[in-house]
Amino acid sequence: MVLEKETVIRNKEGLHFRPIMQFVDAASRFSARVTVHCEDRNADACSPMELLMLMATQGTKVKVVAEGADAQAALNTLVGLIDSGFNEE
Amino acid sequence: MVTKKGISASPGVAIGPALVLDTEEYRIPRRTVDPALVAAEIRKLDTALETSCQEVADLRAAAARKLGDKTSAIFAFHHEFLSDRRLRSAVVELIEREHYTAAYAFGLEMNRRQRMFRNVADAYLKERVRDLYDMEKRVLRHILGRAREDIARLSEPVVIVAHDISPSQAISLDSRHILGFAINVGGQTSHTAIISRMLGIPAVVALNDITSDIAGGETVIIDGTHGVVVGNPDAETIERYRARQREYRAFEARLAELRDLPAVTTDGTRITLLANIELAAEAAFALDSGAEGIGLYRTEFLFLGADRLPSEEEQYDAFRAAVRHARGRPITIRTVDLGAEKMAGYFEPHHDHNPVLGLRSVRYCLAHLDMFKTHLRAILRAAVGGDVRIMFPMISTLMELRQARATLRDVMEDLEEEGLPHARDLPVGMMVETPAAAMLSSAFAREVAFMSIGTNDLTQYTLAVDRGNERVAHLYSAHNPAVLKLVREVVQAGRRANVAVSLCGEMAGSPMYTELLIGLGLRELSMAPKDIPEIKRIVRRTSLKRCEAIARKVLRFDADRQVLNYLRDKLREIDPESGI
Repeated sequence: MVLEKETVIRNKEGLHFRPIMQFVDAASRFSARVTVHCEDRNADACSPMELLMLMATQGTKVKVVAEGADAQAALNTLVGLIDSGFNEE
Repeated sequence: MVTKKGISASPGVAIGPALVLDTEEYRIPRRTVDPALVAAEIRKLDTALETSCQEVADLRAAAARKLGDKTSAIFAFHHEFLSDRRLRSAVVELIEREHYTAAYAFGLEMNRRQRMFRNVADAYLKERVRDLYDMEKRVLRHILGRAREDIARLSEPVVIVAHDISPSQAISLDSRHILGFAINVGGQTSHTAIISRMLGIPAVVALNDITSDIAGGETVIIDGTHGVVVGNPDAETIERYRARQREYRAFEARLAELRDLPAVTTDGTRITLLANIELAAEAAFALDSGAEGIGLYRTEFLFLGADRLPSEEEQYDAFRAAVRHARGRPITIRTVDLGAEKMAGYFEPHHDHNPVLGLRSVRYCLAHLDMFKTHLRAILRAAVGGDVRIMFPMISTLMELRQARATLRDVMEDLEEEGLPHARDLPVGMMVETPAAAMLSSAFAREVAFMSIGTNDLTQYTLAVDRGNERVAHLYSAHNPAVLKLVREVVQAGRRANVAVSLCGEMAGSPMYTELLIGLGLRELSMAPKDIPEIKRIVRRTSLKRCEAIARKVLRFDADRQVLNYLRDKLREIDPESGI
């Protein structure tokens, strides 16, 4: 099962150190293979290096793609994390 | 294969494995392993990654307690980065496919990632390359364990690739195993450049970010003659450079044969070839290159390297070492020529609007007598037992020369009273590098033991051109007839007064000018040690008669272009091998 959802990075820092760590932490709890797409770049949701290289700053449009048994749950959690602004502030 | 152009710092060709100092601090001993050992290398990688992750996790916990969230977040990132399964799989693939050692494969992958970060426009991301270096070092330390080598004790030849080499590093490096240098920063007069020339090791500097283009263990070619570095060359390129290396060695051997031969023209005129040096140890190298003495020992290095004025003892130690290395041959110490572009950090924050015409060099010294006296004391004390001469730079009026001499007398009296051993009757001379000093050289000649023409400043002041300013640099030429007339003036004034005149600007080391300078009457030339063999070769091929004819002809020209073309033709006649 392949699912995808688009959203926008809301938090001020963008996808930098701390948000990336939360993201990787969350993504690695699922068995689904999750990737994040941003313009022509894409990153494994479990690779902090690749996520950082997305250079997704505040306001950037991203697409989260999940593939696997728990794809729906993974997608909900990860998109939810982005939408919550990574609990910044 | 990557090819990069920098500044040639020391000639010659070197080919060998890279030791990248910036990130490693130690070298990767081997690049490949026997296919049977691939599994063992992967285990090494896994253990190192695991240990590093554990270390970072501990650091993260400690940082969270002591330093708060922000610092601990950095270690948290390091932790995530090191446990990234894509990092591991990329390295494992290299080990399996190429049979690379774990250390080499990991270094290669980290290097690739560092390069990605460097190419990013975002300043924040760009900074993260520091974190990557840090992580690389941590993991390599665990992979190599006890096997890692100390750079001071290299066991096989390497090419040093580094951001910069500090003087202390350069001294501790094991020069027997260093094939060449490729350095991010620096220029022709940087420490690395001077030291590599002394050691006769090819070097290229000002390569910007060569440390990120080349990974430890990769094969590197250094073409120090042309200022080119090639990383990861193909077989054909290596072969081409091996041929160049052989050519260069043959050329060097021919020059070395000249070392012990006198610099004398075919009709018997002796020319004294001296060396310009900046570091004490360079004196020994200069004599080995065939110099008869040191014509110019620049003392600025001592002042520029430090964040405070060097003490009398520090200066004494450095000068003493230079005098010792000169082994009883003449050595001319120039008093410190600070100011203008060489302004050090501890100078008062007073900015001259036009520093080249401002309070610099001997003017600065005369305005700061305490500092000047300390400097002179160190020189006089170090001069004991050597053939030392003292020279004042940038003299523009007789008053300045007299003041400088009076200060020197004061210092001698002080040393006498204190009973400290010092040189009492050393020859005192001056640089002629202002048009004023050149035009009044007859008057100056009555008051000094020798004069040395500094053509770099003399050209700049005569033509009113700052050659560092690219918009006017094309107007700068030492062979401008106006400059040459001043040079002749000084030589004649010296001859009338029986005062020795030498020339120590860059002109002295350029083969194109050798015959002209001899023809103008100069018998002493002081140059960079590396230039001595080639200048000697020209001297030994020419005759005084030919030189004088060349000088007569040149003095009739009105335009520097005419002079240049004529001198090029003449050099081709006498030295068809020269590259001009």
